Amino acid sequence: MHEETVYDALTAAHGDEARWAFGTGFDDPLAGVDTTIPEGVDPADLGGYCLMLGDDALVLSQRLTEWVTRAPELEEEVAMANIALDLLGQARLLLSRAGSAGVLGRSRERAGPGVPDEDALAYFRDAAEFRCSALVTAPDGDFAHALVRLLVASTWRLALAVRLRGSRDPVLAAIAAKAVPELTYHRDHAARWVLRLGDGTALSHRRAQDAADAVWPRTEGLFTATDVERRLAGAGVGVDPAELRDEVRDVLTRVLARAGLLLPPWPADAPPRGRAGEHGPELAPLLDRLQVVARAHPGGTW
Amino acid sequence: MSGRTLRRSARATAPSLDPRSVAETVVDPELPVLTLADLGVLRDVRREDDGTVVVEITPTYSGCPAMGVMRADLVHALHEAGFDRTDVRTVLSPAWTTDWITAEGRRKLAQAGIAPPGPAPERAPGPVPLELGPSRRSAACPLCGSADTEEVSEFGATACTALRRCRQCQEPFEHVKEL
Repeated sequence: MHEETVYDALTAAHGDEARWAFGTGFDDPLAGVDTTIPEGVDPADLGGYCLMLGDDALVLSQRLTEWVTRAPELEEEVAMANIALDLLGQARLLLSRAGSAGVLGRSRERAGPGVPDEDALAYFRDAAEFRCSALVTAPDGDFAHALVRLLVASTWRLALAVRLRGSRDPVLAAIAAKAVPELTYHRDHAARWVLRLGDGTALSHRRAQDAADAVWPRTEGLFTATDVERRLAGAGVGVDPAELRDEVRDVLTRVLARAGLLLPPWPADAPPRGRAGEHGPELAPLLDRLQVVARAHPGGTW
Repeated sequence: MSGRTLRRSARATAPSLDPRSVAETVVDPELPVLTLADLGVLRDVRREDDGTVVVEITPTYSGCPAMGVMRADLVHALHEAGFDRTDVRTVLSPAWTTDWITAEGRRKLAQAGIAPPGPAPERAPGPVPLELGPSRRSAACPLCGSADTEEVSEFGATACTALRRCRQCQEPFEHVKEL
């Protein structure tokens, strides 16, 4: 094939359309994986659980992506995009797992035929159908907020993933095992930034403290199990988040102490409202930006 | 990008090659100096009784955006070699580690100016210890060989690389970070 111009070469039909852009090459991230539901597990519970964990990853990924072109230095922008990409990958796997368990709600009919489960779930649910925690939906504003929130979110998620490696659902166990080294990089990266900001100038210290004071109340509900989590923990498939409390608080307490920051009070345990679809007004505009293209052109590829 | 790196062979009427040797020629779309086999991403190639070639690949990172391209490149290369029935499957477990990059892969990386990874951190069953100090990773400069290098950023242009700089020859370089 000898095309005259670069443009001709790009537009010529080669019969392998996936070659050009990653945008057209996306396919099922669980292709070929055995997605049988383990015996004795309610598929609705497993799917609902994967939605919670997948939505946390998807929404935090989107918040991190908002820093691209806005981070204070280029290297940090690249880091935030990388971390966002890892989380997006985790979200794809988890949303696909939710889809394979049949938990699609009305997203399936809204998306129409030909749209993969993960995309139907990501692009065709409204805010009230999302199951993410209040921790990940919070808008950033300040750079210090982004790093303190990333520290808290990745510490919680890492503690969970370490335990989920032993899940009786082999798919969930494999997704978790893959996530552990990634989340370790995220947590340690965020922790070093919190040290740098907390132990930096008077200004950076004040902004890091403000960030911690804003993020801490958002951990309300993170350590309270929903009915789904309680049942799945009993079945050896999920983890009761109360089990994570001591480890997460210990890590965060140590980082803040080293950073010279005051540990804000821990909120009392409360029902996790985000897991029930109750979110602050900040989630809807985030989803608008995330979903606008997919909704305007359902089934579109580029 | 990736399409151009495929080995184009004249299409045979009947496959004469071993499907494994065909799959082993397919290169990574993001690090085209390496084949998927060098990278340790190609986990298995086998022929079923009905003639279908089953290929198993594993993602490097959860968010690896190149999986779809790898899949298409594998199918394409096998078709070109006369294998019409292919089934490329994803395997997630055990999770990929940089320890699976072959000696040949490491040599090619270094030759391309990318520092190969050291041994991956041990995967212990319990909580992951917090690492607050500067990263303890080290890498010799792939250009001048000096061990006197520093990490500029833990995150580079692709998910699997960090950015480093050589204090000796002053050149920046990429380092495939241990995973």
